[in-house]
Amino acid sequence: MTETAAHAAASGSSAASAAPILSIRQVIKRFGQRPVLRGITLDVASGEFLTILGESGSGKTTLLRLIAGFEDLDSGEIWMGAERLDRIPAHHRQVNTVFQSYAIFPHLSVFENVAYGLRAKYTPKSEIPERVTQALVMVKMGEFTQAAPAKLSGGQQQRVALARALVNRPRVLLLDEPLSALDANLRRQMQVELKSLQREVGITFIFVTHDQEEAMALSDRVALLRAGLLEQVAPPREIYGEPATAYAAQFIGQTNLLRAEVRDGIASAGSIVWHTFGTTGTGTYSLRPECIRLVAESESAGMLPADVTTARFRGRIRNQSFGGAMDLIEIDCGGAHPIRARVPSPGILSGEREFEFAASDAVRVREGESD
Amino acid sequence: MYSRAYKTAVTIPPLLWVTVFLLVPYAILFCYSFWSVSSAQTILHNWNLQNYLQLARNPIYAQVLFRSMRIAASVTVLALLLGYPLAYYLSFHAAKRKDLLYQLVIIPLWASYLVRGYAWKTILGSDGVLNGFLQYLHITHRPVEFFLYSPFAVIITLTHIYTPFTLLPIYASLEHIPRNLVEASHDLGASPWSTFRRVILPLSLPGVLAGATFAFVLSLGDFLAPLLVGGPSGIMISNVVVSLFGAAYNWPLGAAISF
Repeated sequence: MTETAAHAAASGSSAASAAPILSIRQVIKRFGQRPVLRGITLDVASGEFLTILGESGSGKTTLLRLIAGFEDLDSGEIWMGAERLDRIPAHHRQVNTVFQSYAIFPHLSVFENVAYGLRAKYTPKSEIPERVTQALVMVKMGEFTQAAPAKLSGGQQQRVALARALVNRPRVLLLDEPLSALDANLRRQMQVELKSLQREVGITFIFVTHDQEEAMALSDRVALLRAGLLEQVAPPREIYGEPATAYAAQFIGQTNLLRAEVRDGIASAGSIVWHTFGTTGTGTYSLRPECIRLVAESESAGMLPADVTTARFRGRIRNQSFGGAMDLIEIDCGGAHPIRARVPSPGILSGEREFEFAASDAVRVREGESD
Repeated sequence: MYSRAYKTAVTIPPLLWVTVFLLVPYAILFCYSFWSVSSAQTILHNWNLQNYLQLARNPIYAQVLFRSMRIAASVTVLALLLGYPLAYYLSFHAAKRKDLLYQLVIIPLWASYLVRGYAWKTILGSDGVLNGFLQYLHITHRPVEFFLYSPFAVIITLTHIYTPFTLLPIYASLEHIPRNLVEASHDLGASPWSTFRRVILPLSLPGVLAGATFAFVLSLGDFLAPLLVGGPSGIMISNVVVSLFGAAYNWPLGAAISF
């Protein structure tokens, strides 16, 4: 195991070391012959905002449905504290779900939708109005108590769905791409609200999304799922800064993947050469576009790097796209793929220029199985 | 949107059809109900309320009407009791057998009404299948007579014939219920029974209403089943109408009953 991967694993376990509220162990799920989850082990800490991030078909929704109890697992265990969760039916689990399509009961008023869980569990009648109102006020829907769900907008239905789940005070709240049906502005607003709501109620959130920006903005930790296997579980900054695999590096943010020959502490990928602590052999390195700096023409004295911590390379500018404060430029260094760099808008560039990056920003990553 | 001419063009033909072949005959029939028949069996166009008075005075008509309603109501209840569970099973639990079962519900509709009526005659008759079976098991020693030619026989036959008509709208409304509502209900702590009572049943009520209407209206207006298996005690209102228009040649009274 490489240094970064070991580090990721260590910090992953430390985040969940204080008696996990939810413990998923070696979970396997198939639909017919098709494996959907191929051995998932994951601990979720109490009060944590954990995001399960993955492309469509990665199995993220299936994992959520297994926790909720809508699917049966083929092997493995799910524990909630000292209770074997996967053995009890969905309606006895202290888990609530916010569905992607909200699943608001169309024949009940907003009030009755939110009261549904309380009534199902025979909460004393005198308690219900107060708790329902409280939950609706919490999601800023206090004035819509008697409204019919059909009259509400998507964002409002989303809030009702949230109140309907939170009013039961679940130990874990599951959210299945709850924001994906909202337009971009509303979505950003809901992200902020969701995050502050989670801090306020202190309930563990497990949030499923395919949107990596959303995952980064909201989560304490991100579990990156790929084709039924966990690729990396770590806080967003760590996944971004020290991706364990080439897939993680590419899926979360943009990156350049450099396939390098390493010998005697020197890595070389085509014309790009830098100092590394990596072991001898071939290795893949991830270099984020924003880690590359354009060297001013007055500075570019020659090909020699300033010291061992900095690497310099030259390349022809192939493409430049204006992005406001930062431009994305594609640099042809003679390799198969151009190197992408994000630099403060320098005006229009052309011809061959010199670039540099800190050697430590080139992070060694594991190759995934199908790369 | 569509032009005015287009709207007119598509609305006129069905409107004409309904007017000429439904509304006009109704109106004519309604007029008939205020006329009378002479002793020479000709229709006299003298406006009066005699037919309606006769219906009110003679308890036979009220009795038959009441019996027809009772039979139709029984058929409706039985068809719902049979149709709803089957529709529920078909929609929620049949999985791979769904298509096959659905076809099995549809197939009887291909058999002629008469064939199905006669089938029940063979089953319920005094040397019929049911009596033979009961005697074979020594449950009875003589054929049970009340199976055939009774309201009971009419109810059984009509239930058999109209259950698919009840099942299909219920099935359609159950299929329309988004499955995540059922999941949401379980998720919120409701047991399967409570989920059925509080989510599935209320959302399928339009289908139940449509199915019940089919069963009630179709059996109330039925005259073949009582004719085949009803006997004198199974006579329904349609049989009375048919005989008044046919054998009795009293169109005015028949028209009055119809309204």
